[in-house]
Amino acid sequence: MSLGRMPRWAWALVVVGAWILAWWLMKGSHTLALPGREHTDLHNEMTGWRNDLIAGRDDNPLMQFTGNVAEGALNAVDWLQRMLSKPNYPRPVPEIGWLGLLGIMMWIAHAVAGWKYAVLTGSVMFVAAVMGLWADAVDTLIVTLLSVICAVVIGLPIAVLIGTSDWANRIIGVILDLMQTMPTFVYLIPVVLFFGTGAPAAIVATLVYALPPLIRVAGFGIRQVSPTAIEATDSMGQRAWQRLFKVQLPMARRTIIVGLNQTTLAAFAMAVIASYVNGPGLGRPVVAALQIADIGRGLVPGAMLVLLAIMLDRTTTAASERPEQLARIGGGNRRLRWAGLAVGLVVVVVMIQMSRFYSWAATYPSTGWSSDLADGINKFSSWVVDAIGGVSEAFKDLVSYGLLNPMQSVLAESPWFVSGAAILLLAVVIGGFRTMATTVAVVGWVVACLAGIWYLDLWHDTMITLNMVLVATLLTMILAVIFGVWMARRPTVDLLLRPVLDMGQTIPPFVYLVPVLYLFDQTRFTAIFAAIVYAAPVAIKLVADGVRGVPETTLEAGRSAGSTAWQEITKVQLPMASRSLVLAANQGLLYVLSMVVIGGMAGAGALGYDVVLGFSRFEEWGKGLAAGLSIVLLGIMLDRIFRAAAVTGSAAPVRRRSRRNATAEEESTDRDAPLAVTG
Amino acid sequence: MKNRWNRGVQLLGVSACLALVLAACGDGSIDKATDENKDAQAECGGDGELNLAVNPWVGMAADAYVVGTLAEQELGCKVNYKELKEDVSWQEFKSGGVDVVIEDWGHPALEKQYFAEKGDGSAEDFGSTGNIGIIGWYVPPWLAKEHPDILDYKNLNKYADKFKTSESGGKGQFLGSDPSYVQFDEAIVANLDLDFKVVFSGGEAASITAFQKAEKNHEWLIGYFYDPQWLLAEIPLEKVALPEYTDGCQDDPAKVACDYPETDLKKVVSTSWSSDGGAMVDLVKNFTWKNEDQNLVAKYIADDKMSPEDAAKKWIKENPDKVDAWLGR
Repeated sequence: MSLGRMPRWAWALVVVGAWILAWWLMKGSHTLALPGREHTDLHNEMTGWRNDLIAGRDDNPLMQFTGNVAEGALNAVDWLQRMLSKPNYPRPVPEIGWLGLLGIMMWIAHAVAGWKYAVLTGSVMFVAAVMGLWADAVDTLIVTLLSVICAVVIGLPIAVLIGTSDWANRIIGVILDLMQTMPTFVYLIPVVLFFGTGAPAAIVATLVYALPPLIRVAGFGIRQVSPTAIEATDSMGQRAWQRLFKVQLPMARRTIIVGLNQTTLAAFAMAVIASYVNGPGLGRPVVAALQIADIGRGLVPGAMLVLLAIMLDRTTTAASERPEQLARIGGGNRRLRWAGLAVGLVVVVVMIQMSRFYSWAATYPSTGWSSDLADGINKFSSWVVDAIGGVSEAFKDLVSYGLLNPMQSVLAESPWFVSGAAILLLAVVIGGFRTMATTVAVVGWVVACLAGIWYLDLWHDTMITLNMVLVATLLTMILAVIFGVWMARRPTVDLLLRPVLDMGQTIPPFVYLVPVLYLFDQTRFTAIFAAIVYAAPVAIKLVADGVRGVPETTLEAGRSAGSTAWQEITKVQLPMASRSLVLAANQGLLYVLSMVVIGGMAGAGALGYDVVLGFSRFEEWGKGLAAGLSIVLLGIMLDRIFRAAAVTGSAAPVRRRSRRNATAEEESTDRDAPLAVTG
Repeated sequence: MKNRWNRGVQLLGVSACLALVLAACGDGSIDKATDENKDAQAECGGDGELNLAVNPWVGMAADAYVVGTLAEQELGCKVNYKELKEDVSWQEFKSGGVDVVIEDWGHPALEKQYFAEKGDGSAEDFGSTGNIGIIGWYVPPWLAKEHPDILDYKNLNKYADKFKTSESGGKGQFLGSDPSYVQFDEAIVANLDLDFKVVFSGGEAASITAFQKAEKNHEWLIGYFYDPQWLLAEIPLEKVALPEYTDGCQDDPAKVACDYPETDLKKVVSTSWSSDGGAMVDLVKNFTWKNEDQNLVAKYIADDKMSPEDAAKKWIKENPDKVDAWLGR
């Protein structure tokens, strides 16, 4: 099917033109706007439902079950904290002080990954001690560890299920999509209701966020196990469980470990958000600093989080490669290795013992360096703000008045049925008409999502949020194309930019909210800017990889025909990488969407604000939940449109990818290829 | 070869034992502190632990850390500070996750759910903190000085143009605050026919930054603010007069057209915790102070960048008479 002779962008222009005309004729009517503190019957009903749950929490079996789970998690975390991070009262210090735990961690790193990683672990943790962040850093590790253990216990069986059964793969795939389009703050609302606050809520919220990568990547790994190997062993008459435990799982081991690594990093990304419900860890100083608008005091623990993430990432990656590495050098001198570990163990036991009896080894003496460093950062950043304050203000006004306000006016001030119809038509123009099936799917998804948004009574706020999301994605894509092409064409640029992008992806978004607030005030642009910082790295990487994937022969052909660099980029590289561009836009969009709620805390209003409102005011709970669900529907709708757009004219289905584990799947396919051959 | 390994293992074992014995000598300071804590814990009452909610404004942290530090230093309690929003804190009273909300600005919906008269009785009013909460509309001092008539709401429309920003959709911008605070500004604006749009800053820090910037650069700004708040010690914001508060004028949130009442800030505690009794319950019961006291501690934290613990310790040292009264000495 095709759209006839007119190109897609012309059809899109026609739709937008009609939309603007309709807006001009009917603007301000039927916008379904709901003022900040008003709610509808639906919202009150949801609030009432919550109130009944709380009132009946003593005899409601579900509440009792979740209550018991929460208590178990609380006790486990509390016990670990008393052992490792907080005073085991009446003892003024934990049972094992910093010196002892440092020894334990270094010994484990040495045993599983090698001495280099023991040094890395030791130095990162030592920095935590010197900076006075020891207890918080250890708490973060405890919550991460418990969440990852739960993720493995729950996730691996599901991964096996989707790895071995097609229908399970399809159904669970949809649920995972849903879990991954949902901004993290949205599920904090029900999590707090059922699991209370503190460590249990932190673990459950982290689990919801960190589970999908493991299930997806591990399931993918099990699927990829070569059918020849399965057939060969099947012919020997093995049972299903033997096939699973002796063939499929061992052969997918490396991919499963990649999934585990992704899950660990995802769990880390939740550290700051979890502290909004009093979850223990490094998020607490970050949030406290945000409260007194102190850039430096937020950045120091934020940087510590990045260091910890690097430590875990590198060590687990090395650990997964270790057995093969050892096998390659013939196992090395095994005796020597064991002897080294034994001596190390004795040293560690002595360190533990010292940390139990000497107060300097129990808690690191306070240095005040953390505070000095924070003050230094503050001085530097206020200098930067003074220097570029005027320019940033002008840029904000340019985007706000030039792009944000007019677009918002058309989206949100049109009658709801005009905006809804226009969105549906645009979705068809962008994503439809490739095959019958995709067209039907796009129309179905968009209609269902729009109907849901309408039903939730927050149409006007949803349109304002949609506008911000679109503008942020647009700016993200402009950056992604510029830097992506530059990185693909110049290896040195790639080398320099990649670490910066990695950092942008790992540093918690709250950390840069304060400086951005200083630059752009409490505006929608602040939220957009923060979202771009968060979303641009992944989009840039995807564009760079796509452009680099254009075959050299094609480029040579163009060059021999005498094309200039500009022609080469616009006529060859970008068109041939168009699928990567769509993918980058989709990923960027989902990242931007996950920042909507955080934007609501920085003056962006709309759905993000509604979620924060519902989260913080008892009587607004229903409205907050409705806003959260609206964000989810918005995400699903946009994601489906982009997916349909990514399907090429040949109707070949694009490989499904979703945010967060996009790189993981890529890695896993790359790494998997040789394994399948040798197997 | 075998012999050498055996000897190595023996050597390792002996040196390990020696090292362990040496390491266990210690300086004894940890054991001593443990014993002291054990003695003190009995005095505290209850299970010896005090769980204080810290809601997201610095003033509340000032109250919580002064009471918490005293409970720790003088009564030997183990104090846990829980950083939570208000309604979640109340939800935790029953499970014992939170014992005390030390500063409550009035939450009728929460009282209905959790107070004994209408709800499940897991929470109770524990008396005033002595602080008077004054919520209202404020402008930076330079503006009040140059245009004194702005301090009456009737003149606000005259200046609405000056308050325009990129966010306010052609009207004047009114800066709302953290969503968890008690706010009726949208209703007030609508019901008084003011040509303004409420834009929410999203948090206390964002509002403070905005007022600091407005005073420094002489920008036009009007917004929601409150006393006690440490910023007022640094920049004396001026309050805009709204129609006077009368009883019941804020009962229907959609129809509010009057100023905020002066709120007697109160302590709300868990009933199961207070019924256990003990020294920490008496301390919380006796705790009252003035707005100036709170503003001073909050300024130590937010402006002088002291840790809340250090700020509380400093104030306690400077005010022995007040502290002794709370401790019943």
